[in-house]
Amino acid sequence: MSTFTPIGTGQEGSLKDQVSQYLSRAKSGEMGSLPAVIGFIVLAVLFSFLSPVFLTAINFANFFTQAATLITLSMGLVFVLLLGEIDLSAGVTSGVTGALIAVAMAVHGIVWWVSLLGGIAIGVVVGLVIGILVARVGIPSFVVTLAAFLAFQGLQLVIIGEGGLYRISSKYILNIENGNLSRPAGWALVVLIILGTLLSGLDARRHRSQSGQANRPIAVLYIRTALIGLISAITVYCLNLERSYNPAHPLSGVPIVVPLVAVLLLSGTYLLDRTKFGRHLYAVGGNPEAARRAGINVSRVKIVAFTLCSTIAALSGVISASRTGSVDASSGRTIVLNGVAAAVVGGVSLFGGKGRLSQAAIGGFVIAMIDNGLGLMGLNAGVDLAVTGAVLLLAATSDALSRKRGSVVAR
Amino acid sequence: MQHPYAGEVNVSQQSIPRIELIEIEKSFGPVEVLKGVNFQARAGEVTALVGDNGAGKSTLIKGLAGIQPYGAGEVHFEGTRVDIHTPRQAAELGIEVVYQDLALCDNLDIVQNMFLGREEVRRGSLREASMESKAAETLSDLSVRTVKSVRQKVASLSGGQRQSVAIARAVLWNNKVVILDEPTAALGVAQTEQVLHLVRRLADSGVAVILISHNMQDVFAVADRIYVLYLGKMVAALNKDETNHNDIVGYITGTKSMPVTTEPIKA
Repeated sequence: MSTFTPIGTGQEGSLKDQVSQYLSRAKSGEMGSLPAVIGFIVLAVLFSFLSPVFLTAINFANFFTQAATLITLSMGLVFVLLLGEIDLSAGVTSGVTGALIAVAMAVHGIVWWVSLLGGIAIGVVVGLVIGILVARVGIPSFVVTLAAFLAFQGLQLVIIGEGGLYRISSKYILNIENGNLSRPAGWALVVLIILGTLLSGLDARRHRSQSGQANRPIAVLYIRTALIGLISAITVYCLNLERSYNPAHPLSGVPIVVPLVAVLLLSGTYLLDRTKFGRHLYAVGGNPEAARRAGINVSRVKIVAFTLCSTIAALSGVISASRTGSVDASSGRTIVLNGVAAAVVGGVSLFGGKGRLSQAAIGGFVIAMIDNGLGLMGLNAGVDLAVTGAVLLLAATSDALSRKRGSVVAR
Repeated sequence: MQHPYAGEVNVSQQSIPRIELIEIEKSFGPVEVLKGVNFQARAGEVTALVGDNGAGKSTLIKGLAGIQPYGAGEVHFEGTRVDIHTPRQAAELGIEVVYQDLALCDNLDIVQNMFLGREEVRRGSLREASMESKAAETLSDLSVRTVKSVRQKVASLSGGQRQSVAIARAVLWNNKVVILDEPTAALGVAQTEQVLHLVRRLADSGVAVILISHNMQDVFAVADRIYVLYLGKMVAALNKDETNHNDIVGYITGTKSMPVTTEPIKA
């Protein structure tokens, strides 16, 4: 490499330079999900002292299945939050989807995968309609989705009936949350994650050096891979422990929902980071006028974002139905606010243009842990809600303050 | 007067103008905003367009950008008559406007902003490395040296740096005509200096630069020719060396005037 570039790319310098660059970014308010990760660790330590059950194999697995619905919904909401909009109806969209799938299978005897596809299709249509009303008609998303929130609650009540409840009997749907991978399959997953991280990292480096760009020290990639490998290995090890209290029914392995949510996370992240649509979505969230002048079809980007949100919300409805094994008239009614809270706690900005799916996932873990830990301590739901609210307020405050600080620098 | 920012200016007075406007008219209802305006901008030159508020500068520029087509008159691009009715047509000709409010996304980095709407894609994936090296190359070609990294978020840039990025974006796309709307209005002294250098280099690279400004100091520092609009009429077209500050202010305020034809300004 002999070409001299006066302007850097942030990838030059030794490992030490990289660390100091990261620290200075963090100081200037670009902390990403760091506060949420710290919060997660603090809560985990706290709860393991406060509750004897918290650190058991069964609660560990339970925690993942408990968090799956919330994390999925929250990842869907990121697409809309990136626009600086909101979807209050995501929770009831998931509820209605679950209800329709349950009724389709239980009452009409429709085969599980047709019901599933039908449910997802409903999510697509709902998102499309919301998106068109917001982007083309110009109604604020708050109002459109509030209307949908009310209407879908009514719809769900009509479908299921007051006080009604439909059981899910399909083994396939139930297995999403209740089935587990075999132990070797769990370890294969770890190998896959390590190889994927390493190979994609090496591929990116090859691309950069081909166009003559500097690369970070390769140690950064090794450290990253080792860290991700270590976390997934520990997770899989714990999930592979025997967790049944009944020796006649052994129970172990990674819940099937974990790789499913991981695939959703990876494909969504690819969409946001590596495609034109993703780039345009961030641009529209950051400065819609600039995006329009750059030739981006702003209303199309918005419609696609709302459609993705509702579709993923529908998936979270399926996961929720799978976990409880039944759907009632109030399923999904309150979860949307937790979904927004999860995203914001993880570092997704309510002002648009800033956030990642992984942040929503981390935030989802934090909110789910509050739920899980306080539940184990036998405190009532009131405390749970109050704590969740306080955490959300804290996260939103830090979001607003970092935005303020950022704009002071810019002027 | 010696050009303080002069590079190697190679001005050929006889060449066909890059952009020529002939007898342009535009009305909004009964209000005539442009009343038979003639204007030329040449490759390799900075052509300043000055005038008081409401003189019609914005209307003239919006017509060139395709945002608000003219009512009557002819637009010639490199000698051939063209119609510009949409921003897309303007972009296809290579006409780019750098607006006063810059139209940058604060939450994106420099590379992402420079390629916004025109990202390089291979098999559905963005080609980050390639875009990054092109952006860095363009910025160093323009001698923009105050920027540390092309992966800096635009939110972290100073006003002058933001203006530089906006201008570099116009350069990146090999534009033939770059229109700068008040590029120094919000800048401090040092940053104004920096941007004016950039404007000069832009012209020296063969672009026809049209500079809209209220600041006579900037205009005299960087422009080759000065056009003055007064109440929808072009009242002066002068080589910078043949005029002075007071003269131009006289034209702007309407106390002086001269006929502006489509003939090239005398060498």
